[in-house]
Amino acid sequence: MKVQSKIDSYLKRDRAWHPKALSPSYKSSIYRSPQSKLLSFPATQSEETGPVFGHDLIGKLDNNLIHNSAKQGQSAIGPRIIVFGRLIDEYKRPIPNSLIEIWQANSGGRYRHMNETYLAALDPNFSGCGRTLTDENGNYEFSTIMPGPYPWPNGPNDWRPAHIHFSIFGDAFTQRLITQMYFEGDPLIQKCPIVSTLKSTRAVERLTGFLDMTKTVPMDSLAYKFDIVIRGNQQIFFENKPEGS
Amino acid sequence: MVHIRDNFKESPSQTAGPYVHIGCTPNFTGIKDLYNSDLGSLMKFGPIKGEEITLKGTIFDGNGESLKDAMIEIWQADSAGLYNSPKEIRGQADPNFSGWGRCAVNLKTGLYNFETVKPGRVPNAEGILQAPHITVWIVARGINVGLHTRVYFSDEVKDNSSDPILTRIVESERTQTLLALKERKGLYKFDIHLQGSQETIFFDI
Repeated sequence: MKVQSKIDSYLKRDRAWHPKALSPSYKSSIYRSPQSKLLSFPATQSEETGPVFGHDLIGKLDNNLIHNSAKQGQSAIGPRIIVFGRLIDEYKRPIPNSLIEIWQANSGGRYRHMNETYLAALDPNFSGCGRTLTDENGNYEFSTIMPGPYPWPNGPNDWRPAHIHFSIFGDAFTQRLITQMYFEGDPLIQKCPIVSTLKSTRAVERLTGFLDMTKTVPMDSLAYKFDIVIRGNQQIFFENKPEGS
Repeated sequence: MVHIRDNFKESPSQTAGPYVHIGCTPNFTGIKDLYNSDLGSLMKFGPIKGEEITLKGTIFDGNGESLKDAMIEIWQADSAGLYNSPKEIRGQADPNFSGWGRCAVNLKTGLYNFETVKPGRVPNAEGILQAPHITVWIVARGINVGLHTRVYFSDEVKDNSSDPILTRIVESERTQTLLALKERKGLYKFDIHLQGSQETIFFDI
């Protein structure tokens, strides 16, 4: 009998494409950026495996931020949107059954967090936390409200563009990724010191959710499409020699 | 080198920011109406095999200040060196041990804490046994791309001396930045320094 074996081999992270650790316009990075060269070595099982989660983890409203923290019969305040897309790897393979977590400010730009000091009002029906698993084709979807922009202490008058934070697992610890989705057409994108840690306009585009009228729900929700790519797994398959030969 | 068109390159990273807790550890930040517990807060689901340990420590910035808004995740093998992963083909990992933990550091003290098990040895791709280790991933405000490193154990002198990664480190005086110090039986301390003379070795893996 022929036995097929598989070796995982993940594409290297392109450090020139990602933000540099030290990006002085984003002041918090100044004392939190490692200065030494990163140590490279061939990945092992310790990096090429990772936690996986089952669909039993996910509650019915976990991907519905309009309702998951709302009182009975109420809903979060703000423009209703659907954020959806596909999780694939750099070889365009869909990543099924993979956990995606999101968090965001409310429609006034206020986070529900004890360290948050912005004067915009909290929405009692919104926590800004959601999660889902991708389906068998790598697709995911959230219902939420459009987050507001907000000022933050960096320069004298810096504002974050509206954004949603994404936490992505893939199926290997080496694919672990946290990023942010911005909204097409937001004039604050190009003024943001965190966005500008990205050195190419292509990279910024890749973090932009685009309005997609085909997915909107008439009289209900606009829709933004945001595809996410994680590190590619080359998956080298080879056939072992038949037993006894 | 494989060339990937920009459309299919990895999505670029952005900082987790100071409010990572809302999405990743909502109960920790007082959002208690959503999930029964924060994911990764428990690594043990019953009696487990091996030596149970506590791993604790602090993350320091370049000014020597502790980070109080960071989140750490760890991923490790069980006491037999097996991963609780569908990709594990060497055997069946301890079903009561997840291997994955997540901890928001204490908002006042900056301390993190994992209740876990001392991992067994795992072979690398060439089949060489590595010293017991825990894979670590750190995100926070001011960290633009999550930082990977490893925890090794100060009391595993013999295994450490032949570990394929520890022996690869050119600046050998920095090797100790990857060692958790045994404070007493079952308690290990692993501080992380983002900058400065004690800067932890971070990995590009």
